[in-house]
Amino acid sequence: MEFPPQLRYTTSDEWLHVQGREGVVGITDHAQDQLGDIVFVELPEIGRQVKRGEAFGVIESVKAVCDLHTPVDGEVIARNDALTDAPELVNRSPYADGWMIRLRLSDPAQATELRDAAAYQAALPAAPAH
Amino acid sequence: MTAGGGAPTPYIPNTDADRALMLARLGIDSIETLFDDLPAALRDPAIALPPALAEAELMRLLARRGAQNAAGERPSFLGAGAYRRSIPAITAHLVSRSEFATSYTPYQPEISQGTLQAAFEYQSVVCELTGMEVSNTGMYDVASATAEACLLAARVTGRRALALLEPLHPGTADVVRTYAFGAGLRVDTLSAPQAMTAEHACLVAQQPDFLGAIRDLESVAGAAHDAGALCIAVADPFALGLLRAPGDAGADLVTGEGRDLAGPPGFGGPSLGIFAARERFLRQLPGRIVGRTRELAREGHEPRTGYVLTLQAREQFIRRERATSNFSTGQALLALAFTISVQALGPQGLRRAAELCYQRAHDAAARIGALPGFAIVERGPWFQEFLVRGPLPPAELARRLAAREITAGLDVSARPEPEARDALLFCVTEATAPEHVDALVAAMGTIGARS
Amino acid sequence: MSHDGDVGARLAFDRGAPGRRAVDVARWEGTPAALPPPGLLRDAVRLPELSQGELVRYYTELSGRNFGVDSGTYPLGSCTMKYNPKVDDLVASLPAFAEAHPLAPAATMQGTLRTLAELAAMLGELTGLPAVGLAPAAGAQGELAGMLMVRRALERRGDLAGRRRVLVPDSAHGTNPATAAMAGFEVTEVPSGPDGSIDQQALARTLDGDVAALMVTVPNTLGLWERGIEAVAARVHEAGALLYGDGANLNAILGRVRFGDLGFDVVHLNLHKTFSTPHGGGGPGAGPVCATPALAPFLPAPVVTEDADGSLRLVRPEHSIGQLQQFHGSIGVLLRAHAYIRSLGIEGLRAVSANAVLNANYLRALLEGSYALPYQRRALHEVVFSGSPQRREHGVRTYDIAKRLIDYGFHPPTVYFPLIVEEALMIEPTETESRESIEAFAAALRAIAEEAERDPDLLHAAPRHAPIGRLDEAGAARRPVLRWQPPAQPAEPRDER
Repeated sequence: MEFPPQLRYTTSDEWLHVQGREGVVGITDHAQDQLGDIVFVELPEIGRQVKRGEAFGVIESVKAVCDLHTPVDGEVIARNDALTDAPELVNRSPYADGWMIRLRLSDPAQATELRDAAAYQAALPAAPAH
Repeated sequence: MTAGGGAPTPYIPNTDADRALMLARLGIDSIETLFDDLPAALRDPAIALPPALAEAELMRLLARRGAQNAAGERPSFLGAGAYRRSIPAITAHLVSRSEFATSYTPYQPEISQGTLQAAFEYQSVVCELTGMEVSNTGMYDVASATAEACLLAARVTGRRALALLEPLHPGTADVVRTYAFGAGLRVDTLSAPQAMTAEHACLVAQQPDFLGAIRDLESVAGAAHDAGALCIAVADPFALGLLRAPGDAGADLVTGEGRDLAGPPGFGGPSLGIFAARERFLRQLPGRIVGRTRELAREGHEPRTGYVLTLQAREQFIRRERATSNFSTGQALLALAFTISVQALGPQGLRRAAELCYQRAHDAAARIGALPGFAIVERGPWFQEFLVRGPLPPAELARRLAAREITAGLDVSARPEPEARDALLFCVTEATAPEHVDALVAAMGTIGARS
Repeated sequence: MSHDGDVGARLAFDRGAPGRRAVDVARWEGTPAALPPPGLLRDAVRLPELSQGELVRYYTELSGRNFGVDSGTYPLGSCTMKYNPKVDDLVASLPAFAEAHPLAPAATMQGTLRTLAELAAMLGELTGLPAVGLAPAAGAQGELAGMLMVRRALERRGDLAGRRRVLVPDSAHGTNPATAAMAGFEVTEVPSGPDGSIDQQALARTLDGDVAALMVTVPNTLGLWERGIEAVAARVHEAGALLYGDGANLNAILGRVRFGDLGFDVVHLNLHKTFSTPHGGGGPGAGPVCATPALAPFLPAPVVTEDADGSLRLVRPEHSIGQLQQFHGSIGVLLRAHAYIRSLGIEGLRAVSANAVLNANYLRALLEGSYALPYQRRALHEVVFSGSPQRREHGVRTYDIAKRLIDYGFHPPTVYFPLIVEEALMIEPTETESRESIEAFAAALRAIAEEAERDPDLLHAAPRHAPIGRLDEAGAARRPVLRWQPPAQPAEPRDER
């Protein structure tokens, strides 16, 4: 399981990739593994303002359903519509093709309050075999 | 446990000898020890139940009780939500197969394909009849399905009021109010669709309406949509053998009662709530949904087609307090019976049965309307129910018919609609015995001549 | 069995041929009345066209692809899959009961009404909660009825606005929180302690004046007695709230302790579980509510009442939450449950709980050591094991174990519930399984535990001996196919202009 060092992580298993005044959001490899086969992702309308910790969408797997929480404040400026037809992209490629939304960040400094990869990984429960 | 050490009931196999072996394995002397956690002061209360009955005695008791029901044998002209149908003989035969009857919710698809594939047939039949794109596997009854449809409408529109278009079955309206009480929604009763406002999440309209008339659903749906609301059509699935599919007329959700095509009326239950919707509401549907899929890789074989419960993230066991409904155990066996009946009738048979129902009802109405002192209230096109005004007040007319062992149509004279004034709502279907109609017409003739 | 390898690919819709029919319908021979205007009529409806024999073979074949209680051991935890007496079906199908119209005048329905009244009285006696409403169609609707009664009772005493929350233990069935939400309450989860019972201190911390009710399953979903439930009841009542009981597990305590005596205000029962009406592939069921006399005015409509002259009729309680169905409830199921109770009497019902609990504990003893037992306490009607060691050590999930049980000829237990147990296997043998069948089931599970060590891939590939192998559930949800569609027409030759 990998946790790219350039990303920041939430306690609810989302990642944020800050790119200047913008940031891309998805869920971690650990999160997709816990959820199992993802079957549906509901994403917000473009233009919606989201607040840190607030639910911006919903993700469903065969056995579970979870809210997706925004790591930071911002405005939704793009969303990954490919997930509508191929939600399995989140399983296959959680950090690239499985991205969810792109935000215009209200306050890029908020990102520094998120965990780095090492801290996120350290907080994960020990993984079982298989 | 029992004298002689045998099994305590015909349904419990273990004898005293079995129990002794099992207790020895547990290292205890008495089954009572297993209940030690229960509060001692409250244990084994005196409970007064009637004495146990052997199978033959039980049948005698219930046969005696049955004999106290006069309703089953009499000519009856009650409809009002429960309609006697000619059920194909194969329906009862097939649903009594215990592989269907004694299984449960198909959590293990590999050994539940019978239930699952039959449910897929059911969803398909419902979509064809209603003109809708998706159906769940069925709900408790038409009224609770309609209430769930109203909750769906409130969720997707964000509105807090429901509109019920009269004449609507009072039982349906009552159940909508029950569910609305929990959800904190307001329920308004409208006498015309034009009374819709922007507060209303939906407009509920029955087809045919409670007093028997066939609605122009297209104009009803139009009025709902003009107000930004959903149109919920509550349709009799049998009548849809003849009448325009509600989906074709613009309805967004369709509910209905499937019990009548599943078996005899059974004093009203168990029932089968049909619930069908436009595809865009799929993830808002309450209840179970079955989907078609394929086997995962099977070495050396082409994967075969199979069926599974699907889109379960909507449901209570995953989403808990945020589920679309608390619905769990439904009416699977009735859905199976409904499906078999409809498929046995087939496209021509269903149409012909609906037309036969229509013709028998219209013939009976014409004969009654021709009797001196009797009139059929004119309400435009109707299907199987008609309003009768006689020479006597409705309650008195019903009493006189009851004295001749005929159960009259429902007394609707207390309803607000002007056409229901002084009227009884009679029902004749394709399954009403012609000699019962003859008896009714003769009795009414006599009553009319004497008054 | 069919020689067609892919039964699922061919629905009734795909079989038969145009012009075939399974049943004849009489033609109208009289003068026809004019049909309604064409705008109100439908186009042809697409339905299968099969002869009667073809249709019967098709559904008979489908039935062979199902597993019921009559097929074999079906230890589905929390579902009480006991043998269903056939005489009960026979009673409910007597024409005098089955043919009655729901609006038939009460004077013509005294036999049914007497039977329903007797059932209500017996359920009241068995639960110690004498105000009984038979209307709910299933357990979940019974829950809704009970929680709406709580809502109505609080409203009547002017206490609803301040009581917004309902407490639900983390071991609860998903229906409990879903029901509380449908009844208009917010849900607060209460953790269970290390012994599987409600954590009393956590309860004390959250039980404030804004709580409407606590919903508790007794015995709980771990198959354990809820220790200190009488004290919990007192504490809930002190806080001005009500205690709701989920009676899904009544089979464990039939005749031994009563909800009313424990301090519950209202419970629902699942007649298709405890009182052995057939589960029907997922219904119909019935979910009566039993309540204290104080809550009687709020019962769902209708209830049976007896007049001074001894005649019975259906009435609406004074402050009823209203109706739950268009008519009176699942009468056919109620008649079966009545027949079941009358067959057994109180001694028979006590034998039910005795043998259900003995069977569960015997199974527990036979499997201890093969699977992890997260709660070491004695079981009641069911026992919850965990497949965690198998997953950790051999990469075999409980899911795989369940699928492998199918190869041994058993229906798997409930899996992955309750949620508080990892890799849960929730096994409820019921009283109608014999010692030998429990031993056979345990032997199969022990053999599977050994297979998990020796040959995990055998389990990953299971079942091998089922009508169909593992299905692509993710694919079903990602690209839903939910109904038959006519096969695509061959493309018309393009008109080249």
